[in-house]
Amino acid sequence: MVGDLMNAGPSASFRRLFDEVGPVDAVGIEERVAKYTTRSIKKSAKLWGLRMAVTMVDLTTLEGKDTPGKVASLCQKAVHPSDDSTVPPVAAVCVYPSMVRHARRALGPGAKVRIASVATAFPSGQTALMTRLAEVRAAVADGADEIDMVINRGAFLAGEFARVQDEIAAVLAACGPATLKVILEVSELETYDKIRAASFLAMGVLRPGDFIKTSTGKTTLNATLGNNQVMLEAIRDFYLDTGMAIAMKPAGGIRSAKQALQFLIAVKETLGDAWLNNKRYRFGASSLLNDLLRQIEKERTGAYQAPYYFSEAAESY
Amino acid sequence: MSRLPITKTPKVYVGGAFIRSESARVFPIRDAAGDFFANIPQCTRKDLRNAVEAAAKAGPGWAKRTAYNRGQILYRLGEMLEARAAEMTAAITLGAPSPARARAAAREVAATIDRLIYYAGWADKYEQVLGNVNPVAAPYFNFTVTEPMGVIGVIAPDAAPLLGLVSLLAPAIVSGNTVVALASETQPYAAILLGEMLATSDLPGGVVNLLTGFRREVVPTFATHTHLRAISGVATADERKALKLGAAESVKRTHLLKAEAKTDWFADRAQSLEAIRDTLEFKTTWHPIGA
Amino acid sequence: MASLKTISKLSARRQGRPAPELIFGDLWTYDPAPETADPKLKARYELFINGRFTAPKSGRYFNSINPANERKLAEIAVAGPADVEAAYRAAQKAFDTTWGKMPGAERAKYLFRIARLLQDRAREFAVAETMDGGKPIKESRDFDVPMAAAHFFYHAGWADKLDYVAPGRRIAPLGVVGQVIPWNFPLLMCAWKLAPALAMGNCVVLKPAETTSITALKLAEIIQDADLPPGVVNIVTGAGETGAAVMGHPIPAKVAFTGSTEVGKIIMRSLAGTDKKMTMELGGKAANIIFDDAPLDQAVEGIINGIFFNQGHVCCAGSRLLVHEPVADRVIAKLKQRMKVLRVGDPLDKNTDIGAINSKEQLARITALVKSGVKEGAGLFQPACTLPAKGWYFPPTIFTGVSMSHRIAREEIFGPVLSILTFRTPEEAVEKANNTAYGLSAGVWTDKGSRILKMSTELKAGVVWANTYNKFDPTSPFGGYKESGFGREGGRQGLLDYCRLL
Repeated sequence: MVGDLMNAGPSASFRRLFDEVGPVDAVGIEERVAKYTTRSIKKSAKLWGLRMAVTMVDLTTLEGKDTPGKVASLCQKAVHPSDDSTVPPVAAVCVYPSMVRHARRALGPGAKVRIASVATAFPSGQTALMTRLAEVRAAVADGADEIDMVINRGAFLAGEFARVQDEIAAVLAACGPATLKVILEVSELETYDKIRAASFLAMGVLRPGDFIKTSTGKTTLNATLGNNQVMLEAIRDFYLDTGMAIAMKPAGGIRSAKQALQFLIAVKETLGDAWLNNKRYRFGASSLLNDLLRQIEKERTGAYQAPYYFSEAAESY
Repeated sequence: MSRLPITKTPKVYVGGAFIRSESARVFPIRDAAGDFFANIPQCTRKDLRNAVEAAAKAGPGWAKRTAYNRGQILYRLGEMLEARAAEMTAAITLGAPSPARARAAAREVAATIDRLIYYAGWADKYEQVLGNVNPVAAPYFNFTVTEPMGVIGVIAPDAAPLLGLVSLLAPAIVSGNTVVALASETQPYAAILLGEMLATSDLPGGVVNLLTGFRREVVPTFATHTHLRAISGVATADERKALKLGAAESVKRTHLLKAEAKTDWFADRAQSLEAIRDTLEFKTTWHPIGA
Repeated sequence: MASLKTISKLSARRQGRPAPELIFGDLWTYDPAPETADPKLKARYELFINGRFTAPKSGRYFNSINPANERKLAEIAVAGPADVEAAYRAAQKAFDTTWGKMPGAERAKYLFRIARLLQDRAREFAVAETMDGGKPIKESRDFDVPMAAAHFFYHAGWADKLDYVAPGRRIAPLGVVGQVIPWNFPLLMCAWKLAPALAMGNCVVLKPAETTSITALKLAEIIQDADLPPGVVNIVTGAGETGAAVMGHPIPAKVAFTGSTEVGKIIMRSLAGTDKKMTMELGGKAANIIFDDAPLDQAVEGIINGIFFNQGHVCCAGSRLLVHEPVADRVIAKLKQRMKVLRVGDPLDKNTDIGAINSKEQLARITALVKSGVKEGAGLFQPACTLPAKGWYFPPTIFTGVSMSHRIAREEIFGPVLSILTFRTPEEAVEKANNTAYGLSAGVWTDKGSRILKMSTELKAGVVWANTYNKFDPTSPFGGYKESGFGREGGRQGLLDYCRLL
């Protein structure tokens, strides 16, 4: 009887999930991450961080006007970000499912730079599960190494957690060998409590090495140090409890090298050295790469760099 | 043959009970005509200790009463005193006094009643005047409220033995403190009667504990007892020094009026919000504002 | 929900396998990032009396040492009785002739000026503060100096609004006040003491702590630049004898002291025969209480901030952690993890979290109390960290398995040392928290709002931080219950301690 009461309705299920993972204090989180922004990273430490950040970039183009040509040049940039040969390639390119085969053609089979695709009716996810799964299978068949899915926020906010988790599990099965990144779309979950709870919900069905990811980049608020921290702490707690190392990808809104370094400081001080590599941490970004390159060049030459020295720069004035 | 009246044995009011001094000592007081009136308990440091314990026990419950309730109880005490004003006047004068003395005593009783009503009215207002929200420069809700200090020692003056005593104890109890008071040494009887009125006023036992006795015996213990968190009273220069020296040992708060300054207990300034504040602590609480 | 894969089900799978660990190694080390702004120190600091820097009549000086490297920073004058006398005479004269008669609106302008001039020279002051006291530059830069300026700015605005301080009453300044401040927040304590006193119209003789006089004397430079009338603020430096002379002088109507409970009691005794008003801001042994429903990671951050802020040289430090039994292991594990990324070392390095212990004496005291903790059987944990070879340092330290009878649970350590106790019920937490002669501050961490309000009511402490710790603001009154002192600093209530009722 008591058990029935406990299981009654979505709000009871939210309470149970929430009780298990615990609350987050918003002001406390923001004060914690504000300390990352006062860290002073200089010289060799800075260069190391910038290079590391380059290797973690999922170089992204997600526009309605994307073309095979645009994707091909993106792939070229991903492999050779700079004429400075010491700059490593990025981790992956991230494109819409219809562009996966063009990316595969540009990169060639078995390329070091991986292909990620935002499947599952990105960014809203508001289609039938069957449709989303078909999209995932098609993207993998076209050559995607990684699938960035969106969770069913509607189901989550309605308290249907089992459904959210079952859908993630179904997408995971559809991925086959491809790595899965689960986008929580944090701005639609709104509170840190819910971001933490959703992180655990996703991690509960993921394989070690799969990702949780902040955002689609298509809403007003995307990755912040705050939601990054909440998710890093969830990954840490999950790892310490289960031994399973889940990876993390903040996406959207990280445009400057300075920001990227702050995110990396958060990784270093929360998860430690084992997450300071692109198997465990990625940046979903389009313009970040150029700023990283500018700052690397600045460190090399000592002179501040104009943006138009770097290819694909949006600012040419 | 006229009937021989039953005389009352004066007892002190401690922990809601009427008791003799644990030392079993008494001292005689005389009436207006100079005749023996009664034996008054000569309380000792051990009586003080017991009274502090009674006050400490009553404290949490009293402090948890609503402000409205504490205000009504003080008002009720005023009602008791008004109804028995003649009896209290007689307790001050003892016997058949001069008309002037009788008038003065009646005036003191009336002023005492008014003083109780004054403080009764403050019960649910002082917090609104003393406390406030603080606009800190960060996302926190921050507010300052008052809290009672705990057990307050009161040392009553000899002048205006009833009005002085009530003026010192009323501001302490209205805010949830409990009191251990030493009544006037020269005119203790009003305090004995006040104890009887307190017992019928809805004031929980132990909130006010009234001792009688000799200052030189009891004041030193007021000074050194570390459980007393503050002392409000009237004291001579030597007593003030002793009380402050003792206070230093436990960082006790002292609010001492000079015995030689001849405080006018009838004056408006003998009642104030600040007298309440003297027995309060300010507490500031911070809490983040976030969803 | 039955089908939901939750962490408890998954963690059960791990049974028998070794516990995973995080690696906080040297894969990515931060390069040294020393703050290089010039602190603009003088080789020798004189007394500041009657608006002028004045050589001490004693002719004596002592060295101010940088605790980070034990090097001499400057010579500081020793004020003897004749110097203290001169300071008080100057203060009295200023009160009688200028400051006491000045309209509040004019006093306000001087205080606003001081706030602005301090903001102008903020970085210089921060570096001086860090070199003199040993606190990390990020704290002096982001906390001490801006907060000191904020105190002057806040109180400036009060100077012409004193009718609103005590509703229904008219108030007046006390006259001359004597103030003695400690070494843990040298500049900030100057501001806490001076700003309300001056706003109310009092004149001041202030003595900084012996080991940290420099920023007070740099503030005197600003006071000169602000053109404050001579004698309104006088700063006399020296050790205990100077402090006793400041506290014991007949002129001040009031003395204000911040420091140890031990010295506070000595001052109270010495003034027992006088009518001087006093405020005392003394020691603490605050409980930081963590309930099982608390936001644990933020609570851990609060514990860290509560005990390691300013090397634990904080009277309101959360030095006793009371943690709810069901989450004790989890909280302690998280705490240890967090301690591993604390950076101890050069206070001037912008990435330093824990700087130098203020003095050799304080280091000895901390060391002795930590030894007593080990001897009494508490479990010691210190993360691996390399301390600089020169200078006075102590690693962040926690003790588990502490009971209320341990010395480390009762005595104020005033260092980066935390004692951890557990509790089962709210009532037990309150009982343990209040089981101390101190009552300065307390922390409560829980997600339940009504519990916060109940705990806040029952904790006998002047400041309660709920779901946060060690927060300060000029508008927020600060001060203790019981043997942590009396009087408040900051806010409207703080002004009440610098006025008399007419």
